[in-house]
Amino acid sequence: MNDFLNDKVLLEVKELQTYFKTDAGILKAVDGVSFVVHEGETIGLVGESGSGKSVTNLSIMRLIPSPPGKIVGGKVIFEGNDILSLSEKELREIRGDKISMIFQDPMTSLNPFLRISTQMIETIRLHQHKSKAEARAKAIKMLAEVGIPSPEKRIDCYPHQFSGGMRQRVMIAMALSCNAQLLIADEPTTALDVTIQAQILELIQKINKKYKTAVILITHDLGVVAGMCDNVCVMYAGKIVEQAPTDELFETPLHPYTKGLIASVPRMDEADKSKKLFSIEGQPPNVIDLPPCCPFHPRCKEKMDVCLRCYPPLKQISATHTCACWRQAEQSEIDAVMNKKLEGAN
Amino acid sequence: MSEEKKVILRVKDLKQHFPIDKGGIFKKNIGYIRAVDGISFDVREGETLGIVGESGCGKSTTIRSIAQLYKPTAGEVYFNDVNLCTADEATLLKERRNIQMIFQDPYASLDPRMTVFSIISEALTIYNKRNLLDHKWTKEEIEERVDELMEKVGINKAFKNRYPHEFSGGQRQRIGIARALALSPKIILADEPVSALDVSIQAQILNLINQLRDEYGITFIFIAHDLAVIQHISNRVVVMYLGKIMEISASEDLYHNPKHPYTQALLSAAPIPNPKLERERQRIILTGDVPSPDQERFGCYFYERCSKKCAFCKDHIPPMFKVGEDHEVACWMYDEVDHGFKAN
Repeated sequence: MNDFLNDKVLLEVKELQTYFKTDAGILKAVDGVSFVVHEGETIGLVGESGSGKSVTNLSIMRLIPSPPGKIVGGKVIFEGNDILSLSEKELREIRGDKISMIFQDPMTSLNPFLRISTQMIETIRLHQHKSKAEARAKAIKMLAEVGIPSPEKRIDCYPHQFSGGMRQRVMIAMALSCNAQLLIADEPTTALDVTIQAQILELIQKINKKYKTAVILITHDLGVVAGMCDNVCVMYAGKIVEQAPTDELFETPLHPYTKGLIASVPRMDEADKSKKLFSIEGQPPNVIDLPPCCPFHPRCKEKMDVCLRCYPPLKQISATHTCACWRQAEQSEIDAVMNKKLEGAN
Repeated sequence: MSEEKKVILRVKDLKQHFPIDKGGIFKKNIGYIRAVDGISFDVREGETLGIVGESGCGKSTTIRSIAQLYKPTAGEVYFNDVNLCTADEATLLKERRNIQMIFQDPYASLDPRMTVFSIISEALTIYNKRNLLDHKWTKEEIEERVDELMEKVGINKAFKNRYPHEFSGGQRQRIGIARALALSPKIILADEPVSALDVSIQAQILNLINQLRDEYGITFIFIAHDLAVIQHISNRVVVMYLGKIMEISASEDLYHNPKHPYTQALLSAAPIPNPKLERERQRIILTGDVPSPDQERFGCYFYERCSKKCAFCKDHIPPMFKVGEDHEVACWMYDEVDHGFKAN
């Protein structure tokens, strides 16, 4: 399964922290996220809304609106350079060229006033020394690649003349027109129907194989993750709570949140209607002024006393499987935290 | 299985066309969007009927027409032998009490300027004023009823003077459900009630709906585009495409033995959260998009995207063929006479 373990590391995110300043206090949208993307790998980021999936990826591209947002700590190392310390000019060479993004809503991510040709040629010429005619030829080739029928004609259309699925294809064509090494797909199929979703996912998979493009796929749909990803990170309240290869995660989830998430999806393959759906009670926490405890403990079925006292350490279960839960920690560590807190109280 | 069960709602040849107008002052009609184009089905007492389909296939229009939020272009909707399409205002008001709706977007479907109490009690107060309830309810009785409803759907009754913005999406959806329950309806039309919610919250709401159905025996018509959700919640399923019904079947039968090429494609396209299965699965990928519903069609509505089509399908609209107990499908492949499929 893990053919990527020895491959070249393309992107490394280390202890990334992105905070937003709000009237109610500091909102820790992303709080110490670390993961690694290898060349040609597809990595999935799952979690509920507000868990910090999108902010993580906007931070990688340094697209966080500031103020109110600010990347306060961590490193994002892409090909040996820390993206967070690059100048705007150096950054522009990476954005859209080596790292590309596709967004959830293909309606709002294309400029409605400009023809597809204008938008695509602009991207290509910004990063590559090409004449207008060459760039246009390249754009047409990319549109054909993503399966737009008669691209020579369609390239001069406006975005509103395309359907949702077609627009997402145009976005992918644009993202790939500069041979990006990393494609960040932020919920690329959430706004689309199942049949169109299948088309787009197949396209992303094809591109991943053909060009060896690494993909970070953000989604809340566990079914999409199962079919697409090599590795999965599960996020909750701004932190990665579990990370594992896809098969392992679905077979032996360790974190109670991951377990709950997998169990609460109605399944078509093993439907048992008499059974009540497992549901995680309660609501996701407010990440403003979160106390130093496991943020999942109010909804957790396996919580212990220590969960209320301290955030659990990230435990290496195997070479590729990590989990942040006190249930996986050693008894001695738990005791240490409990004793320390008691002393502090006295 | 449920031949004895009473039919509570009957939809017959329902059509809902929306005119396309052009021009400012001198409006000219240049065509129609055929959102729902002649559908018929029965809803039996106490069951949950699921409707699935892609966006634009007329799921929402269907149930809005049933609730008479639109006046249907043609066709009949019988509720307890009353034709709602031709009923006068007074009858409609009386019958509507038994038909309630839950909407998709929990943010847009609650009035932000009303308190939770006034949202839930609004329908009760209106019916009370017009003397349409069994007796004249006092203020205390209404308050008691609202408390009871809030408890039922799992919202602390201490919150009844709060406003919708103070609640999360899942809680708002619960308020919407309490509002729908206020008049003890016989049938609830749920228009994608879980699509806007997170997975863990979605499971809570699905369990709540199941519990209410078992407890009060309410009939549900449940729309979703997520096939797994529909399978979990419904007894029978209607598959729609471009304003037409493609297949109606008992839910188990449909998922194990889909007959219509569209249903087969739809089921194979839905991702399953099981990595091993997902990798081995053969997908039927439909090419192209759903065509625009602005033309009149004389052949099978699915013709353009069908992988098994033959010349006959192009200009003959298939009727519903019975392919099993409680299983009907609109595809010429299942006619007793072969129309040239074998040649393919």
